Amino acid sequence: MKTIILKTASNYLLPLLMLFSFFILLRGHYLPGGGFVGGLIAAIAFVLHAFANGLENTKHLIRIHPGFLMPVGLALAFTSGLAPIFYAGLPFMTGIWFPEPLSVIGMVGSALFFDIGVYLVVIGVSLTIIFTITESA
Amino acid sequence: MEFILAILIGIFYASGLYMMLRRSLVKLIIGLILIGNGANLLIFLLGRITKGLPPIIPGESPVFLKAYADPIPQALILTAIVISFGLQSFAIVLVKRAYSVVKTDDLDQMNSTDQFS
Amino acid sequence: MIQHIVLYPILIQVFIAILLLFCWSRVHWQKVISVVGSFLSLGIAIILFITTWNEGTLTVQAGGWDAPFGISFVSDTFAATLILLTAISGLAVSVFSVGTILPARLKFGYLPIFHFLLLGLNGAFLTGDIFNLYVWFEVIIISSFVLITIGGEKAQLEGALKYFTLNIFASMIFLTAVAVLYGITGSLNMADLSIKVAAIENRGLVEVSAVLFLIGFGIKSALFPLYFWLPASYHTPPPAVSAIFGGLLTKVGVYAIIRVFTLIFVGDVFLENIILTLAGFTLVSGALGALVQNNIVKIFSYLIICHIGYMILGLGLVSELAIAGAVFYLIHDIIVKTNLFMVSGLIYRIKGTFSMRDLGGLYAKYPLLSLLMAIPFFSLVGIPPLSGFWPKLALITESFKMSNYWLIAAVLFATFITFYLIAKIWSEVFWKEGKVLPKLYNFRYFDKLKLEKKVQIVAPIIFLAFVSLFIGFGAEYIQQLALRVANELTNNQHYVQSVLGEQMIAN
Repeated sequence: MKTIILKTASNYLLPLLMLFSFFILLRGHYLPGGGFVGGLIAAIAFVLHAFANGLENTKHLIRIHPGFLMPVGLALAFTSGLAPIFYAGLPFMTGIWFPEPLSVIGMVGSALFFDIGVYLVVIGVSLTIIFTITESA
Repeated sequence: MEFILAILIGIFYASGLYMMLRRSLVKLIIGLILIGNGANLLIFLLGRITKGLPPIIPGESPVFLKAYADPIPQALILTAIVISFGLQSFAIVLVKRAYSVVKTDDLDQMNSTDQFS
Repeated sequence: MIQHIVLYPILIQVFIAILLLFCWSRVHWQKVISVVGSFLSLGIAIILFITTWNEGTLTVQAGGWDAPFGISFVSDTFAATLILLTAISGLAVSVFSVGTILPARLKFGYLPIFHFLLLGLNGAFLTGDIFNLYVWFEVIIISSFVLITIGGEKAQLEGALKYFTLNIFASMIFLTAVAVLYGITGSLNMADLSIKVAAIENRGLVEVSAVLFLIGFGIKSALFPLYFWLPASYHTPPPAVSAIFGGLLTKVGVYAIIRVFTLIFVGDVFLENIILTLAGFTLVSGALGALVQNNIVKIFSYLIICHIGYMILGLGLVSELAIAGAVFYLIHDIIVKTNLFMVSGLIYRIKGTFSMRDLGGLYAKYPLLSLLMAIPFFSLVGIPPLSGFWPKLALITESFKMSNYWLIAAVLFATFITFYLIAKIWSEVFWKEGKVLPKLYNFRYFDKLKLEKKVQIVAPIIFLAFVSLFIGFGAEYIQQLALRVANELTNNQHYVQSVLGEQMIAN
């Protein structure tokens, strides 16, 4: 699609959507949001960019292959699940929390890292699927 | 509200089955998607519909004060939606590949694996 | 905490799969990680089995949320046995895959997906939550879709399409059943459901939910009117994939049927009659289907269906001894079916065809290998000291006690047809004078392979043959195990207590 409006808009929308996806990711523990939705929004940002500027440019923008995000995200989620077993002898995936809240982010615990893992996996999976379909079309 | 939803779910299941029984590959996928959505709505309905109530009970109240929303069906539906998202995208790719290799979208033509050899 | 070991079979498979994903394009490393990881998971499965055997049922609540609210993972003797069997066949198929799967397929992530499949199987056996079981089933079917389509040949895609459609449809029915069950009980924990379902007045709704479960699991385990996807798809992927599918995938359906109908829907005569009827028809129709086939893999596919009938029959007869027979058959069947598909892969490697008309003369050329292949063949039939004999004995005795002569006729008919088919395969493939087949272009025949590859193909077959010899000759131990499993399944209070704890029962 070669429309100048979409092209210009997508350049501004990409950072905005990424920021919004981080926001959704971080508020997800108590409020609507979370890793899955955040990941989808981030993926949409890249898909929109690909619509406007062509797939090659988006791939160049991301630099790494999106499939690589899958094992990274899985590993992060997996370790955050394992952490309570090794730190506290609690069952798998029990939430453990830092005692003091951080500024801006708030309370940080193993649940946040699990969500970040989900976020990365969702971006990786959806971008891989969409890029593959687009390439073979 | 329950009554309308129940009828809607019935329509989803029926039309999904009808689409699955067509001979076209694309209609097969549409049928699967419809049945999946029907199942999700069914979970939603069977979790009892409550309007405008929070699922979380305040920490200081020792017992359930009054009616509250059941959070489990929502969690279940979310999981089911995520799973069906993966399955449907796989289905679309598979159908596309099958169409380009077998060169037909008529299910009745795809019987070579059932034939006696 | 000793309970944590319940989760280790699941965690180790996630760990292996993640490692394999990191080495996406380094196929050589993937092979090493997969085999080493399978050995590790076998070790963990053995430890879990021994601990469960000594300590009784183990439970762990994921996330530390208490039982009816959180997700429980339970390892009773039944689950621990199946985890052990999964690890054994997983190891064998992992080595066999390393030896036989083409590099082109390995590059598209065959091994990581294979371990995701094992992850799903382990999860399905260990979970104590009905919705979590649905999620594990989805993990299993998504991985199996990838395994069945990887390579993308025409027959594969056609088979995959049928496999795919019916399995997704089964999942939807399963989900509907879970929804109905949640609607009438408000719980998802299987131990909690066991108490709550028994207390429900409206038996009609319970029966609707039970029948939906039976249909959903019935499609997955290839019961009588619902099995048509299986012979259409199981012969299309490479033999290593067929081996893990034939050995374990349909058995998860059987496991789920046995678990749900001994824990949640107990003592319903209407359902028992349905299950018995289905079992009888499954035995007969599977046997008849196998009778007319010429392709050996298709024969084995129909025999899978036929032999599912034995296990369901044991469940339908309800008595403890019959369930013990079904469990014994399950143990025997997982090992033997996995081995049979690997044997068919070996035969294909030697001759380049699956057709019985063209095969022949294997015994003259490879006498020792033929004797090795005879072990799974004759265990399947159940020639007395070998493993298939003992469970059938138990099933027939119990059917006599119920004076259900039609079922005995079905069991004997299925056994007789299996015997006839194995004899036919033996004489056609091994004893018949071998034809000279046209050389396939670009095909690596078995005698041209390097020694390393030959070992990778033959060693798993030897390993599983030894396991099935042990099941046959050590039948006393297996029977003891099966009786204990049956005892735990029929007296399910123990399971419920272990999950919910003592005080929950009192409330």
